[in-house]
Amino acid sequence: MSIVEGASATLIAGPEPEPTTVVLARKPLSRGRLIWNRLAHTPRFWIGAVAMALIVIWAVFGPLLYPVDAFSRDPLNMGMGPTQLHWFGTNNIGQDIYAQTLIGLQKSLVIGLIAGPLGTLIAAVVGSVAGYVGGLVDGVLVWLINLLLVLPSFILLVILSPLFEDLSWVFLTVFLAGFSWMIMAQVVRSQTRSLRNRDFVKAARFMGVPMPTILARHIIPNVASLLIIDATLGVVAMIMAETSLSYFGFGIRAPDVSLGTLLSEGTAAAVTRPWLFVFPAGVLIATLFAVSLIGDALRDAVDPTSGVNRD
Amino acid sequence: MVFYTFRRFVNYLILSAIATCLAYVVASLALDPAAKYYGRNPQPSAHVIESILNGLGVNPDVPVLVRLWNWIVTLVTQGSLGETVGGRSVVAEIVTRSGVSLQLLLLGSILGAILGVVLGVWGAVRQYSLSDQVVTYGSYLVFATPTFVIGVLLMIGATVLNSVVGRQLITFTGSYSAGLTGSWWDLLVDRGVHLLLPTIALVLTGAASYSRYQRSVMLDVLASDYIRTARSKGRSRNSALVRHGVRVALIPMSTFFAYSFGTLVSGSIMLEIVFSFHGMGEFTLQAITQSDINAVAGSTLFLAVLVLFSSTLSEILYAALDPRVRN
Repeated sequence: MSIVEGASATLIAGPEPEPTTVVLARKPLSRGRLIWNRLAHTPRFWIGAVAMALIVIWAVFGPLLYPVDAFSRDPLNMGMGPTQLHWFGTNNIGQDIYAQTLIGLQKSLVIGLIAGPLGTLIAAVVGSVAGYVGGLVDGVLVWLINLLLVLPSFILLVILSPLFEDLSWVFLTVFLAGFSWMIMAQVVRSQTRSLRNRDFVKAARFMGVPMPTILARHIIPNVASLLIIDATLGVVAMIMAETSLSYFGFGIRAPDVSLGTLLSEGTAAAVTRPWLFVFPAGVLIATLFAVSLIGDALRDAVDPTSGVNRD
Repeated sequence: MVFYTFRRFVNYLILSAIATCLAYVVASLALDPAAKYYGRNPQPSAHVIESILNGLGVNPDVPVLVRLWNWIVTLVTQGSLGETVGGRSVVAEIVTRSGVSLQLLLLGSILGAILGVVLGVWGAVRQYSLSDQVVTYGSYLVFATPTFVIGVLLMIGATVLNSVVGRQLITFTGSYSAGLTGSWWDLLVDRGVHLLLPTIALVLTGAASYSRYQRSVMLDVLASDYIRTARSKGRSRNSALVRHGVRVALIPMSTFFAYSFGTLVSGSIMLEIVFSFHGMGEFTLQAITQSDINAVAGSTLFLAVLVLFSSTLSEILYAALDPRVRN
């Protein structure tokens, strides 16, 4: 034990020298540790995390454990409700809804899990550059953000949809992310503007550290918690945007299947054969509900006094 | 304050104008209006197609910026937005269709805002109570449900209800019953019944986000000193909550309202399609599938004007609620 440690321990523990080892073990909590401790005590987080884990495992391994193929037709069971053979029933040409739901879930999950964080990444880059550089660059970027916010992004994506009509779903993912970063970029920008004049950032700047390094090492880590929340809730927003676009015929197209296209096919008969709509819808809602519980728990853990979701 | 609001208005005006022009350019680049005619059987001659495209002002051989300029000039000088591919005037289409859309949008956003504010205040005042928990988890659930799913689920529910009651209690296809005759009262009731389900869906989505936001703002306000001051100078609890609490808590809401308006518009467009309303939503989406550039540009302009109005309204509301802005 060094002298310095002993001294600080004495300061904390007061005049009695005995319990030094105990006090030494209690280092101040790091921020990450603190957030994790808060998260671990939020039942909402565990409900969401466990549900999400189960859904992902189900989407990955479910089709392997199910004997019926998603696209083969069963002429003996056309338009049937849920049975032992077809768990979620069949559509009017005898395709199995359970198998199709799992495939659609895979696609929707992949798109959401890529586009959500991607949108956050764009927000982090644009917001931190605008806030850090300031001046003309800032003016142009803020103006661009405001411009993109004038029209609802759903409409913008619908207008752009002919562009990715013949391209694969990967482009849809990129487009979705490309219209979802604006609000978070505004938040990152205002945070960066207050950070850029802090001493540790000034020190780095005066030592000649190049701008990208300052942003990556000093600015972004300080808004990391916000970004993590945004990426999580972004997954919800992106899955919702994808299913809505696909539902109206502007997103995923045949032969690809997503929960949106499945719901679209199920709608016509939703009233007479509800299993065509209700089961995929239930899976979609459960997924989005699980991710938003995680996101909200994260937000509470990062900032217990935060606005929107305080309990 | 008038100057401030005016400046904001001009700012939004410029942004909306540029957004509309950009939408025109993007639509012109993304859509191929000629493909439709080449796909026809018998195929019209290249000359005929060319003259149709020129008549609509959407000939892809003319540079996009020239077409945009012509479009703006016609709009400013003749007040015309061109013709749809069906040969109808875009302005006439918008005039006949916007009524249906605005009905739904206004009803949904106003009722949604009122319900959201009431639920939010209720939840904040009775924090952690059973009703607060129910509203909180209910709003999470609505958040996690895309608007069109809410619409279709309501339709399924209404069908079940109808079959339980044994007669057509709730009708939900289209915005009115075609061929219905009767007094104006019957017609009004008919329209109201048709509006019921989409309005409920829109109110639910709006109220879910408003109530969460209102609740948290109200919690901040409840903890502040001036509420205690109001109580100690002899105001009753309810009076202090309403006159000093809710009023202050509404200020940030007015900004939030403008911000969430876009989501609401997208939601109501989806609901129009789900419930087969012949409104602007149907017009916009049909325009895309028919590669109708003029119609896309017209409906984008309509949306931009809506957004412009709602943003300005929320600025005025903000100033009305917050005396510090007025001076």
